[in-house]
Amino acid sequence: MPEDILMEIKKDYVLSKLRDGERIDGRRLDEIRPIEIRTGLIAKAEGSALVRLGNTMVVAGVKMQPGEPFPDAPDQGIIITNAELVPLASPTFEPGPPDENAIELARVVDRGIRHSDAVDLSKLCIEEGEKVWMIFIDIWALDDDGNLMDASALAAIAALLNTTVPAERFEVGDNFPLPVRDLPVAITSLVFEDKILVDPCRDELSIGKNTITITTDQNDNIVSIQKSGPFLLSEKVFDRLIDLSIAKAKEVRRLLKDV
Amino acid sequence: MEEIKLIVDGKRLDGRDFEELRPIKIEAGVLKRADGSCYLEMGKNKVVAAVYGPREVHPKHLEDPSMAIVRYRYNMAPFSVEDRKRPGPDRRSIEISKVSREALEPVIMKELFPRSAIDIFVEVLQADAGSRTACLNAASVALVDAGIPMKGMVASVAVAKVDGVLVLDPMKEEDNYGEADIPFAFLIRNGKIESITLLQMDGRVTAEELRRALELAKKGAMQIYQLQREAIMRKYIKEKEVVE
Repeated sequence: MPEDILMEIKKDYVLSKLRDGERIDGRRLDEIRPIEIRTGLIAKAEGSALVRLGNTMVVAGVKMQPGEPFPDAPDQGIIITNAELVPLASPTFEPGPPDENAIELARVVDRGIRHSDAVDLSKLCIEEGEKVWMIFIDIWALDDDGNLMDASALAAIAALLNTTVPAERFEVGDNFPLPVRDLPVAITSLVFEDKILVDPCRDELSIGKNTITITTDQNDNIVSIQKSGPFLLSEKVFDRLIDLSIAKAKEVRRLLKDV
Repeated sequence: MEEIKLIVDGKRLDGRDFEELRPIKIEAGVLKRADGSCYLEMGKNKVVAAVYGPREVHPKHLEDPSMAIVRYRYNMAPFSVEDRKRPGPDRRSIEISKVSREALEPVIMKELFPRSAIDIFVEVLQADAGSRTACLNAASVALVDAGIPMKGMVASVAVAKVDGVLVLDPMKEEDNYGEADIPFAFLIRNGKIESITLLQMDGRVTAEELRRALELAKKGAMQIYQLQREAIMRKYIKEKEVVE
């Protein structure tokens, strides 16, 4: 209960600042929190990355193993994305199987990677129809200070960039770097009336968890959209969101180039 | 992947024009026990929606003292698809249930029913691409049939990009082999589209294509809205005759 009362107070504060076009942490409406990407911190994983987005922190690990291909894509590798909102990351997360929020998170990250063709899956065939590489991307939330979505998407692609295919361990040839050919970037914005707050922090989400995530590829194509939250989105705001998300993704993508 | 031509001589595989919906059939009030219900066909999709409530909340701790809670369950029958689907919620169904609930929540006047639940159950009996949109269309009619006060109607349709062109209301082949799938739902009030209540997308489109897709979806949604209205009117008029 005290948590609820605190949220009410924060909500009033966020709204009063927003009326003057300001954010509680002094950011511009379209300003993303500082981003830090560290890769290769988990030596046991084929690839890994830790992303800090302000105080939000996520680690993503990639494991790979040979497996059977899908019948409709006998020569293509397989990507499986999972996210766990473990209880250490927030007082509101509970232990147990992934809930709808964790599932949504994993599926939106997965769609960004899949539909940007970020990984060249045709290079992950070991024996057509029999054996292909399976890529498991596991997203582990460590600290939820808002916008786990963008931090997770960033951690996932950074971890893929850091991945070496462990062919020697499975005795199917020489190790090689995972063929990553695109850099999908997710940009999540909080929508409040006609205002758009890019990369909302947790306190800002007290005014409503009404967000849109737009993922774009390096050619500025849109590869995934997810409206999340019970709200009505005006066409005008949607229109602005498209160009804004493309522009913001460009900024973030520059950081990935150094990974 | 095998190459499949989805557009031949300017027509789609099922003979439709780019901006043409599949045939739609809607019937309101098909279930006896539910407070409101609807059977809907959209092409080969066959779905049934039921609304229960406003009713007591179980489990109790989910109660909200200021408004009703809305629950939405999208569920596929094992026989609804080519390969038998294991019964029960999978990750896809859970996500669809979430975004669909969030599409209806801002339209339902929840504040009128504190401490109660409005449960929406939608069963997919046969699926053929766009089942989430068919379910939302059915749910919207079922809510009206249940007498739940709403700000307007919700009409839902997807736009796909296939062979480089945007097409309305994709069917299975277009969904499987197309370049993008963009399901939309809109709040329609006083006969006009007011805002977007559901929006998802996967595939690859340019910003310009996305804007055109929105316009195309709006056209389709208005047609669906007319059919939803007619279905509700039909039921209302029939019941009046019985009374007389």
